[in-house]
Amino acid sequence: MNSSGSLIRLSASALSAKLSSGDISSVEVTQAHLDRIAAVDGDLHAFLHVSANALDTAARVDASRRAGAALGPLAGMPIAIKDVLCTIDMPSTAGSKILEGWIPPYDATPVALVRRAGLIPLGKTNMDEFAMGSSTEHSAYGPTKNPWDFSRIPGGSGGGSAAAVSSFEAPLALGSDTGGSIRQPAAVTGSVGVKPTYGGVSRYGAIALASSLDQVGPVARTVLDVALLHDVIGGHDPRDSTSLRDEWPSFAEAAHVGARAESLKGLRIGVVKELDSPGFQPGVSQRFHEALEVLTAYGAEIVEVSAPHFEYSIAAYYVILPAEASSNLAKFDSVRFGLRVNPPGGGTVEDVMAATREAGFGPEVKRRIILGTYALSAGYYDAYYGSAQKVRTLIQRDFAAAFDIVDVLVSPAAPTTAFRFGEKIADPLAMYLNDVTTIPANLAGVPAMSLPIGLAPEDGLPVGFQIMAPARADARLYTLGATLERLLEDAWGHTLLSQAPELKVAI
Amino acid sequence: MSEITTDVVAHLADLARIALTPEEIETLAGELGLIVQSVAKVSEVATPDVPATSHPIPLVNVFRADVPGPTLTTEQALAGAPEHDGSRFKVSAILGEEQ
Repeated sequence: MNSSGSLIRLSASALSAKLSSGDISSVEVTQAHLDRIAAVDGDLHAFLHVSANALDTAARVDASRRAGAALGPLAGMPIAIKDVLCTIDMPSTAGSKILEGWIPPYDATPVALVRRAGLIPLGKTNMDEFAMGSSTEHSAYGPTKNPWDFSRIPGGSGGGSAAAVSSFEAPLALGSDTGGSIRQPAAVTGSVGVKPTYGGVSRYGAIALASSLDQVGPVARTVLDVALLHDVIGGHDPRDSTSLRDEWPSFAEAAHVGARAESLKGLRIGVVKELDSPGFQPGVSQRFHEALEVLTAYGAEIVEVSAPHFEYSIAAYYVILPAEASSNLAKFDSVRFGLRVNPPGGGTVEDVMAATREAGFGPEVKRRIILGTYALSAGYYDAYYGSAQKVRTLIQRDFAAAFDIVDVLVSPAAPTTAFRFGEKIADPLAMYLNDVTTIPANLAGVPAMSLPIGLAPEDGLPVGFQIMAPARADARLYTLGATLERLLEDAWGHTLLSQAPELKVAI
Repeated sequence: MSEITTDVVAHLADLARIALTPEEIETLAGELGLIVQSVAKVSEVATPDVPATSHPIPLVNVFRADVPGPTLTTEQALAGAPEHDGSRFKVSAILGEEQ
């Protein structure tokens, strides 16, 4: 393998050491990843747009490093950005035709923060339209493939970001998670992703889906890399009125502590009974229980806990999400930005609006807007939206009761490994059920991580392990995640992603 | 709960400003019926004594200092507009002929 081929296999933390020692330049690292994108993305389709400025930005970071500037650990590091985040120099479509070619007049705060930290935006990654979906099949620009098997979905909505890191097109990526859109793609691609505590990362400039659920978060191949990125994007932002004013600890330090841990003695891990379902794919359950055994052997105490209201979480989510989405997506009115379609024979501004939204939105977006409009209409508001908000309280109480007796909760990150394209697309309810493991954390606002724990024996595809912590205790995810990652990789003798098939390279 | 008929979907589409085709209305009426049936489950446990939660981590009195901050310039604000005259967004007639 040539040197640029080996550069892309390195973790962000390993690249960081080489960059800061001057072994390699950011231009070399960035070029290696651009070459990789050129070689594999034609088939993979993780990117909707590749930046024309990446090498120039990298050259500037190299120059300031040579000039002796004090740079952060991720300076010079390439990063992929989910297309839901506004970027002042690249189109931001959220996977929708209604925003095709739209270049925002500002950067989302997480994007501004990664630029300020000297990271190199490589491009924008594919996603289900407006983050509505679990497979990227709802992207208006065609699906992203799963690097493990091109006949399968990479998860969604952030399938592009997960596929980009797991196919070595980028060491890091930004994602967003409304009901699992960071964690489920991580699970099915063998990568790592974190949904931070609600309010832990600014959503300013994230094209809103459901404002009481959306959270921006980090995506990478290792727990430490995710932590390093979380340290860059986290913190208070006066431009987001839901942003928390907390002082956050270093998550990278939390990951280092976990990687060095000599024992898990004293740690109480709760297994959520309702998320350890006999209905899950057998290989997923098997790898999950094997991971629990690894943790037990290292001293952790495993406690079964019940969260009786979790069974209502999908129902509550599919009321709250469409309701908020129908309101958030009203801004696509053909007046201020995006598509305009004039109906045949003209018409009033309302006719133009309706024709534009008919042409610009895909079927899943229409379905959820209509559902949300119904749930919010007079006469149904109390029965649906009002009740769903009460379920939210009950789910928060389940979490609170569980965290009274355990330090973290764990479950499989997704009920199955990556499913095949087309398998669930015609049945919206089947697609929604896929989110059963991830949704409770969004409804309650608690942080959660998915990390890989092996391949399911029946299909050889990655299985994800979910860790959930109390609100504001994101550091626990990184500490336990790094311990588990190290124990598994020591036992395997390799990383999980090193087992992924070689992708066909375009010449 | 009343049935989701094609008339209901057509009305909702009108409220949501989406000019759905008759075929889409037909399909959605069937799908939404099933979805609504399944999400109606939320009312089973939503008893009057349970308070509603609108935001997972509620914050109150989130204000910024009452001083002018940066805003978009007119050019920036208009940059993504489908049609504008240099200082304003342009739209077609607000009122129909019959009004």
